[in-house]
Amino acid sequence: MGSITLKNVKKSFGGVTVIPDISLDIEDGQFVVFVGPSGCGKSTLLRLIAGLEDVSDGMIAIDGEDMTKTAPAQRKLSMVFQSYALYPHMSVRGNIAFPLKMEKAPKEKIDAAVNNAASILNLTDYLDRKPRQLSGGQRQRVAIGRAIVRQPKAFLFDEPLSNLDAALRVAMRLEISELHNKLKTTMVYVTHDQVEAMTMADKIVVLNAGRIEQYGSPLELYQRPANKFVAGFIGSPKMNFVEGAEAQKHGAHSIGVRPEHLTVSRGPGTWSGVVKVSEHLGSDTFLHVDVEGAGTMTTRTSGDVAFKHGETVGLTPVEGRVYRFDAQGMAV
Amino acid sequence: MATAQTQTAARFMMAPAVLLLLAWMIIPLSMTLYFSFQRYNLLMPGMEYFTGFDNYRYFFANPNFWAALTNTLVLVGGVLAITLIGGTLLALLLDQPMFGQGIVRLLVIAPFFVMPTVSALVWKNMLMHPVNGFFAWLARVFGFQPIDWFAQFPMFSIIMIVAWQWLPFATLILLTALQSLDEEQREAAGMDGAGPLSLFFYIILPHIARALTVVMLIQTIFLLSIFAEILVTTNGGPGVATTNLTFLIYMQSLLQFDVGLASAGGIVAVILANIVAIFLLRIVGKNLEA
Repeated sequence: MGSITLKNVKKSFGGVTVIPDISLDIEDGQFVVFVGPSGCGKSTLLRLIAGLEDVSDGMIAIDGEDMTKTAPAQRKLSMVFQSYALYPHMSVRGNIAFPLKMEKAPKEKIDAAVNNAASILNLTDYLDRKPRQLSGGQRQRVAIGRAIVRQPKAFLFDEPLSNLDAALRVAMRLEISELHNKLKTTMVYVTHDQVEAMTMADKIVVLNAGRIEQYGSPLELYQRPANKFVAGFIGSPKMNFVEGAEAQKHGAHSIGVRPEHLTVSRGPGTWSGVVKVSEHLGSDTFLHVDVEGAGTMTTRTSGDVAFKHGETVGLTPVEGRVYRFDAQGMAV
Repeated sequence: MATAQTQTAARFMMAPAVLLLLAWMIIPLSMTLYFSFQRYNLLMPGMEYFTGFDNYRYFFANPNFWAALTNTLVLVGGVLAITLIGGTLLALLLDQPMFGQGIVRLLVIAPFFVMPTVSALVWKNMLMHPVNGFFAWLARVFGFQPIDWFAQFPMFSIIMIVAWQWLPFATLILLTALQSLDEEQREAAGMDGAGPLSLFFYIILPHIARALTVVMLIQTIFLLSIFAEILVTTNGGPGVATTNLTFLIYMQSLLQFDVGLASAGGIVAVILANIVAIFLLRIVGKNLEA
């Protein structure tokens, strides 16, 4: 069991308010991702849940129990840190066993739990090594192993993949998702990478300047962004925004079209512009098109489309895929 | 500095310094070695002759030798114990965020800048003096008999003085070691359920073990040759209660004018220091690897 409830949580450091007022319900067993640009308060929020920072005001409840003033160790949560924070002088076994040792668990229980965690995470061959003898991905797994042996109510991940190279990041992403399917424990995951958020999350919390911009499933956020910030943050490449006269035609202050919802034609389209850069990814081609009166627009087309720098193309948004926003940036 | 050419050039450029250092070390050492095999007393100048190992025999036969050896080890051990434990505790204290941290740290380091003779005299005359000293005053305030420190607890008094001088050094090194501990590791240990004591023994102590080793080695080297503090306070007494090897050699060479005997003692001290160093390196050297 591990539901987490935040009620009117506020946090300020000295005079600087990082989190003005957040209320949030995380249901048991869900994989929730906090995502947002750096400095948006997502790590602070995670540390508040962990108990590593004290809330300035408000309440944090875990399984309905008020834990606002409880010490980190008593909250029964496990955390995986960005730097892994492994204990360098202990072997892998010592690292994974440490939380149980602190609980003064009997030796047989510790051994069984460590061996179980090691087999889940493919660490059995490395149990007697020191952390410095491991690769980044293995260290990451040790950190996760240390988190799972306690059988916590929830896992907290603080940008755990940001120190890994791209290929390993994709692999570890899968492993963490699989782990979640296997353990069915609540996981709260902080990242600034919206791809990680989209691929792993049951629900995403988009944070901006300490406020929750939107809370919903990945597809909800993609298909029905609540405001311009979410629309721009979710999806890669970024959504194209057009203001002014073009937006007026749609009866909005500004409109947004995702790159994948723009069709490119050689002839004239709704807009026409000059191709500045075309990026060939093989499967896809991203065209950056300079459109008169609307700025640079990005489109995503299939990989075999060959437009070159300087060509004039027409861009037409797919019917029904134009997002409209009012002057405050809220979706209409 | 990887190619053969640069290495050769580097060797040539370093050679003068290395040779100078070598001469600096070798000449006094070989002279001491030479004198230690001579019957050489300044009261009988011009009558030097080779005596083989006689000086060494006399030195070991001297009943004060064993006392001096024990005193040396007690002094080194006592000061090491106080400075390592006290230094760790002080470093833990100074690592806490507090108002005026910079000034407090500077004050803590201050004793290290006081000359050994001066600090020993300050302790002797202002703190431990049985009539005028602060401790005596304190004892009288509470109605106790003042303690004559250097008469009743001579070795303990010397250990206190030397430990007071070396505590800042240990504190400083251990403090920097503490500060290099990754904050996330502390937090992780906290989340794993480690209390303050477990945190200290499982995380902090292993982390500063290497610094502790370094402090221990450096201090041992200096503490084996403590001299000024003894000279200005107890003069090795009462009896030989505070005579360490250095002081014994001083007495033989400059009070008994027996250069040959003193040189033999010097060589013995060098060998002993090396034995202690090898032992220490053996015991704690594992910490320095990797």
